[in-house]
Amino acid sequence: MTTTAHPAQHATVFDDHRRTGLINRKTVMWVFLGSECMFFGSLIATYMSLRGRSLNPPYPGAEFSFDIPFTTVSATVLLISSLAMVLAVAAIQRGDIRGTRIWLLATCGLGMLFLGGQFYEFTTFFVAEGLGIDTNIFGSSFYVLTGFHGAHVTVGVLWLLSLVILSFRGKLSQSSSLDVEIAGLYWHFVDIVWIVIFVLVYLLAPHGGGH
Amino acid sequence: MTVNVGQLGHAVAAKPTGLWSWLTTVDHKRIGILYGVTAFIFFLIGGIEALLVRMQLFVPGATVLTPDQYNQLFTMHGTTMVFLAIMPLNAAFLNYFVPLMIGARDVAFPRLNAFSYWVFLFGGLLMNLSFVIGGAPDFGWFGYAPLTERQFSPELRADFWAIGLQVLGIASLAASFNFIVTIINMRAPGMTLMRMPPFVWMQFVTQWLLALALPPIAVALILLIFDRHFSTNFYLSEWGGDPILWQHLFWIFGHPEVYILILPAFGMVSDILPTFARKPLFGYTFVVYSGIAIGFLGFIVWAHHMFATGMGPVADSAFAIATMLIAIPTGVKIFNWIGTLWLGQTAYKTPALFAVAFIAMFIIGGLSGVMHASPPADLQQTDSYFIVAHFHYVLFGGAIFGITAGAYYWLPKILGRMLNERLGQIHFWLMLIGFNLTFFPMHFVGLNGMPRRTYTYPAGFGWELMNQLETIGAFIIAISFLFFIYNVLVSMRSGAIAGNNPWGAGTLEWSIPSPPPVYNFATLPVVRSLYPLWDGPNDSRLTTPAASTTPEEAHVHLPNPSYWPLVTAFGVTLAGAGIIFGFVLTGIGILILLAGAYSWALEPAS
Ligand SMILES: [Cu+2]
Repeated sequence: MTTTAHPAQHATVFDDHRRTGLINRKTVMWVFLGSECMFFGSLIATYMSLRGRSLNPPYPGAEFSFDIPFTTVSATVLLISSLAMVLAVAAIQRGDIRGTRIWLLATCGLGMLFLGGQFYEFTTFFVAEGLGIDTNIFGSSFYVLTGFHGAHVTVGVLWLLSLVILSFRGKLSQSSSLDVEIAGLYWHFVDIVWIVIFVLVYLLAPHGGGH
Repeated sequence: MTVNVGQLGHAVAAKPTGLWSWLTTVDHKRIGILYGVTAFIFFLIGGIEALLVRMQLFVPGATVLTPDQYNQLFTMHGTTMVFLAIMPLNAAFLNYFVPLMIGARDVAFPRLNAFSYWVFLFGGLLMNLSFVIGGAPDFGWFGYAPLTERQFSPELRADFWAIGLQVLGIASLAASFNFIVTIINMRAPGMTLMRMPPFVWMQFVTQWLLALALPPIAVALILLIFDRHFSTNFYLSEWGGDPILWQHLFWIFGHPEVYILILPAFGMVSDILPTFARKPLFGYTFVVYSGIAIGFLGFIVWAHHMFATGMGPVADSAFAIATMLIAIPTGVKIFNWIGTLWLGQTAYKTPALFAVAFIAMFIIGGLSGVMHASPPADLQQTDSYFIVAHFHYVLFGGAIFGITAGAYYWLPKILGRMLNERLGQIHFWLMLIGFNLTFFPMHFVGLNGMPRRTYTYPAGFGWELMNQLETIGAFIIAISFLFFIYNVLVSMRSGAIAGNNPWGAGTLEWSIPSPPPVYNFATLPVVRSLYPLWDGPNDSRLTTPAASTTPEEAHVHLPNPSYWPLVTAFGVTLAGAGIIFGFVLTGIGILILLAGAYSWALEPAS
């Protein structure tokens, strides 16, 4: 009889040698993202079920419209950030710490540009149209859905910045490429969610309101 | 703290003691014990709440409680039993036994595991804090909007409920991620998926249900919190919102939740029956696949809780048919259990008695469940005591009987000593009689029109006798658990020594000493079948596991203790509590959370 727990192998609970060949931390990220699908699915379903049910102005499509060209640009910015993220992962995997740093910072920068665009859009709606989160059901569901997405982008930016700081402390190396890869999984997921929101909320607008 | 190589032998051999060692533990067995003890205390609290409710209903027109107290108590009884008793009791067995059953030394993320427990504890305390600060939630355990909105619940009650559930949800989510990965990746050599004990399989399905069903209720609660604190109107129809939206989001979680509560008990019974019938589980593959089928179907039936909202004939029919479909995989399991007992030389020890009673009681609950799967029948039964009877047969007759069977079966492994068989049998018969006396008459008063959640009732409807029997039964259940507590307290000191495998069971957790050493397995077992310990005397490693190799020789590394999970959990809870007590606390909570999370991430794990 043989045993895999050979003394030389250091059979700890942390070595990712396991049955499926999957790495624990990567597996857990995928499970977490599955759970997040249900989270954004519920938020998006809420938005869609309350669509066009505002009882008082401002109605989207009537009093005001989405600035589709503007949001298209900001959505593109977010999509390009995914490319930068891919390049960051590629850089760390070949041990190029400087390249990793550059592409991580580029990803963060593009993410912050997107967040800036969202902030600009929110203030425009609020100042120009008087659309607050409590003005009507459109305002409530719009701000909560896009706000929670924005919060996810913010967490992603903080995460990537933390990795950059770690890299300056010399704690990021080719062997820790998994750290960057997992952050990347999260980042791509958040981007994909935005594509769905962009299509359902912006491109399918205007959807009027009132009865 | 890092354990260097020089300290390693010491770290493995010595069992840490003292309060600090419990606060910083990352050992799945200790976390399991923490879950079990905490959940059992909450179970007793939920039981006392039920007794008070039953005292109020003992005679017509009673004034044992005020209507307000009554509303708080039935709400907290339901909330406590579901979220603070049954779920964490299942988590206790999950934590303690799943790693042992799959032949692992710990879970995939030991510190995340500790974090789950602390968040659960703080969430439970926060929820119950409401009793002393302005009153507990009083709108029923499913918190229907708009009862939870500001105009109907102006005090803090709904905030305690919403934030408490949100915090508890974080605990369950973290645990589900952890155990999904543990079961996928941490199995011992040869432990293929189809050699996993049924308990592991049912917990695996349960953890998926948690991971996918908790987000919808998280969203439902977020919308409620926004309604209450940021003046949105998601659930207020006069402002364009929709109270039915709450019901959808709640029950998209709520129906899978039923299986989250019951599937682990299915698993326990599927492990216990073969041991006492002295033969393998009948149709193991069917048990596994029907469990998975139940998990899938559980996501497409939620609106059977909403027939009374008037969804129209198409939706009603679709959800009715889907609901009735679930009876098929559930029925398959019942035949599997009966087939296991069939022609077996069953030794009716206490665990077996509870397991067999589980089958019988669960069948009754299942049958009444199929009855109100039919919308016309449901419209008669909804919001009546018939429903109360149904879900207590499923959740008490099912989940609690199963968990009690599990407790009598596995406590010898945890305590190292056998429980007293005589006291166990007294517990069993009292509980079986008390349970049926409490809940069977509820079918009749329900069909006779007695509404659930009613504060009191007038004399002359023919409900008096039934209600008196129910109250007497409830007290018999309470007495039966006194025997259990006494049994555990006495047996843990003076019970017969359990040894590795007192029941002659076939699964891996019985191959190691009772209680198991900190490192579980000195050498990882190699598994060749569903019941490795029944493979015969040739497999010497499994029968005497620690004989040849000491843990030091095998270089077993144990994860370091850490207090960061506790700190981070406190930050999470404080951030939530800030929504109730003022946003300054939320800020402080987030800072603690960030400090905890960063320290955790940078702390060496082993
Ligand atoms: Cu249901």
